[in-house]
This record gives sequence, structure tokens and C-alpha cells, in this order.
Amino acid sequence: MASSETLSPAFRVHAADNMAVVLAEVPDGGGVELRGDGDVYTLNALTLIPNGHKIALCDLAPGEEVLRYGRCIGLATRLIRSGEWVHLHNCRSRLDERSGSLDAHTGAPTDTSYD
Amino acid sequence: MTEVPTIWLGYPRRDGRKGIRNLTLVVYTVECSRFVAEKVAANEPDTQVIGFHGCYDNPYAVRMLLSLATHPNVGAVLCIGLGCEYTQAEKIADNVRKSGRLAHHFLVQDLGGTRSSILHGKEWLAATREALLQIPRCEMSLADLVVGAECGGSDSTSGLAGNPVVGRCFDQLVDAGGTAIFEELVEMIGLKELMVSRGVHEQAREQLAAGYDKAEAYCRAVRQYSASPGNFAGGLTTIEEKSLGAFAKSGSQPIQGVIPSSTRLPHPGLWLLDTVPDEHFMQFGYTNPNDSEGITALVSCGCHVVLFITGRGSVIGSPIAPLIKVTGNADTYRRMSEDMDFDASGPLHGRGSLDGEGRRLVELLCRVAAGEPSKPEAFGHHEYLIPYKHQHASSRKDDGDPKC
Repeated sequence: MASSETLSPAFRVHAADNMAVVLAEVPDGGGVELRGDGDVYTLNALTLIPNGHKIALCDLAPGEEVLRYGRCIGLATRLIRSGEWVHLHNCRSRLDERSGSLDAHTGAPTDTSYD
Repeated sequence: MTEVPTIWLGYPRRDGRKGIRNLTLVVYTVECSRFVAEKVAANEPDTQVIGFHGCYDNPYAVRMLLSLATHPNVGAVLCIGLGCEYTQAEKIADNVRKSGRLAHHFLVQDLGGTRSSILHGKEWLAATREALLQIPRCEMSLADLVVGAECGGSDSTSGLAGNPVVGRCFDQLVDAGGTAIFEELVEMIGLKELMVSRGVHEQAREQLAAGYDKAEAYCRAVRQYSASPGNFAGGLTTIEEKSLGAFAKSGSQPIQGVIPSSTRLPHPGLWLLDTVPDEHFMQFGYTNPNDSEGITALVSCGCHVVLFITGRGSVIGSPIAPLIKVTGNADTYRRMSEDMDFDASGPLHGRGSLDGEGRRLVELLCRVAAGEPSKPEAFGHHEYLIPYKHQHASSRKDDGDPKC
């Protein structure tokens, strides 16, 4: 498990959630300490997690519901490993198709031509 | 820590409502008389300006002007028209007078232009100030208060701390017999079942389902959901995720019903304001063009104060009803402390509970209601927007008359 010197906080709103929100940027491999509702434990990030973004707390199969506030916020579009960054590249809305095409890092649209 | 007032002195209005401020409102009825209205109000104490820019009138905008001109925080109204527009300054002034307030109107074309109009307006304000000071005071408490909530410039802390703390504040306000109004139906997409389950009775549940369906139809029709590149960059992945965070500001009380803009609420409790345009031959138009539009709509329903939750930070205010800015982001609070009223980030960092922060926010509400200026109010911020919009007036049988 992660060493206590490098632990970054992540907040889980509901005990049933399978992701948590990091409160500071976590480097690839960095240690994360869970806060909020449910069990308190530490895990390692498998990728860089930007500040305010989500880290998976368990493996999620393609099509599996991503849970926040104890409710579904979207579906995994591929296998997401525990500790991985969860965002537009591996999770989609059940309603808003366009958001799946946005740049995962900047949120900027990729489907509008500026030529 | 100064003592928190639980009873304070307000201003009684003839319709039974009480104000926390005793403002004079200068209203322009078209963009062409806006400059004169602003010059009339310049350097006048406790005087605010609102108006509608369009020359062609719009029933929604007229209802907004009337409900804002008879808001409980307003004691007197000066309505200024150019003279050739559709919206009638005289009719607005007549309505305000019938509500028991001091009112006057004039047309710039009748008075001979800019300079003479400004002089005439300022003379009326000076004469009115004396009369406004004579209005007796009455005791007020949380049970008399109507408080709105709006969010804007959201980041990942808004759904973790800012909105949940406002939700706890609303729970306590409603427990104390007060009234809470939240809005942004387009930010509740994906939550139909959850929203409907919060309805207090069958009629409220039907209104929530209908309001949800209209908002989702709107988003599908315009192929745009209420999430921006900044929201995604900040860590929000789907509209469902943003919606759950936004809905947290409603707290946990039952929802009494869904109301359109400019509705006077029939009784206290938690209400949902619908600002989404209704379908019309000109199609929907735009909804939520900016944060100030939603705040203006909340104030049109009688909100004395509006809580504005912003993770990324904002520098807007509001005329008529003070805006209180709440952030769940400790960095934003530090960076913009002269603009932010309340730091709700404690529970994220192991300091305090959501309930405790909610209580602290209720205390701030009481102090502002008792006269302490909020930070945007002290700056003199007065952003507002009344756009052209097609929305049906309230059809509730038990609604009060929005015009008095």
C-alpha cells in the first residue's frame, strides 16, 4: 500500500460509490487516502489523476454503472482498473451523446470545425 | 463572533409580506431610457435600477418587471420610458401604487431630453426619500424569509461541499417555517425518478415530472446539455454527475411544487423554480443564458436573499435582493476573499460537518437579513437580466396575485 508521506486525499460522498474525487492532483503511482462516507483505506493511482477528477475504487467491467452519490452517473465504456482515472475516455453519459466526443483533458469540443 | 439575530426589524408591505431592505427602484421600459434611468439613480442611497431592453413588449418580461417592482424589499418605484415603446411605464407605476407603494412615472420624450429628465427624476427621489423613512418597522424571523439558490462556475467542490451545505441550510430554513426556492431544471437531467420522489403530494409530483420532461425535451431539441468545457476540465464527466451535484442544493425537504418565474408563493416550504421557456411558435428560445438571469427569476418570486454557489469563483451581485456567495473551494475563497461571503470547504478537509456548516450559513442569512451587507451588495454589484422569453404565467389556483 501507499506510503503515508505521499498520500493525497480523495472524497467519497456515498458508501456505495465505486469512485472518489481527488482533492489535489495525484501523480501516476501516487498514494491516495479515502475520506468521506464508508470505509477509510488507501490505494495507489494507476494513472495521473487531475485535481477534482475521479479515481476508480474497484475494477469496472465495460457497461458497468459508475456510482457517485450512490447513483449512476454514467457507464464504463471499457474495462476500468481500480486506481485508474475515470473520465470522458472511459465513461459515457446515458443521455448526452456529445460529451463522449469532448477532449478528456480540456473538455473542449472536437466536433466543431474552425477551418 | 457577534451575536446572531433571530428576530430583526423588517419593512411591512400591504400584501402581508415583509422586506429586509427598503429600496427605491428605478425601472426603464426600453434600452432607450436606460441611460437616463442609470443617471437618475447614480449616487442616490438605497436606489437600484432594473429594466427591459426590448421595444416590443413580451408578457414574460412585463410580469418580471411588475413582480420585481412590487418585491418586498422595494418601497418606491420610479418608472422611466422613452415614449414610443410598447411597454407602458404608466401602467407599471399604477400597479405599484395599487400595491401601497410610492410610485411615479415619466417619459423622456415629454420632458425634453436627457438633462431635464435626470433632474426631474432626482427631484422625485429626493421628495420620496422623506416618505420612505416614515415607513414603520415590524419584527421578522426566518419564518418570514424567502431564500433562493443558484449555482454557477461549478467545479468538483460544488457537488461535494458548496451545494450540500446550501442543502443543509435550506433544510434548517424550512424547519424554521421559512421558504426556499432552487432552480436550474436543465441541471437535473437524468434525475427524473429522484426529483419526482421528492414531491409532497400527487399534484407536486405531476408538476415535477412535467417540468423534467420539458427540460429534457429542450436539451434534446437544442442538442445541448447544461455542462460546459470548464465543467468537464474540472472533473465532471457526465450531465448526470453534474445534475446530482446541482440537486444537492435542494436539501432533503419535500418539494411543494414547480413554479414559473414571477410567481408569488402560496405558502412556505421548498419549491422548484422553472425558468425553462415553454414551447412556442418561435421555438424554445434559450434557457439559462447566464447566472444573473436565473438569479433575477428567483428574485421575481419574492426571494429576499439569494445564495449563489460557485466553485471557480464569480464577481456578480444582484439588485433588489442581496446575493450571498458560497464556495466549497478553499483556494477560491482565499484567492477571491473580497468577493466570497462563505467558505463551505471545511468538511472536505476534516473540519466541521455539513450540518454545522449549514447552521453557520443560516446565521449569515440572519445577519444579512438584519441589515449586514453581503460582499457583492457592499461593492454595489447589481447584475441582472430580463430576456425575451415565452413562458406561461402561473396557473396555480392557490397562487397570490403576482401584481401586489
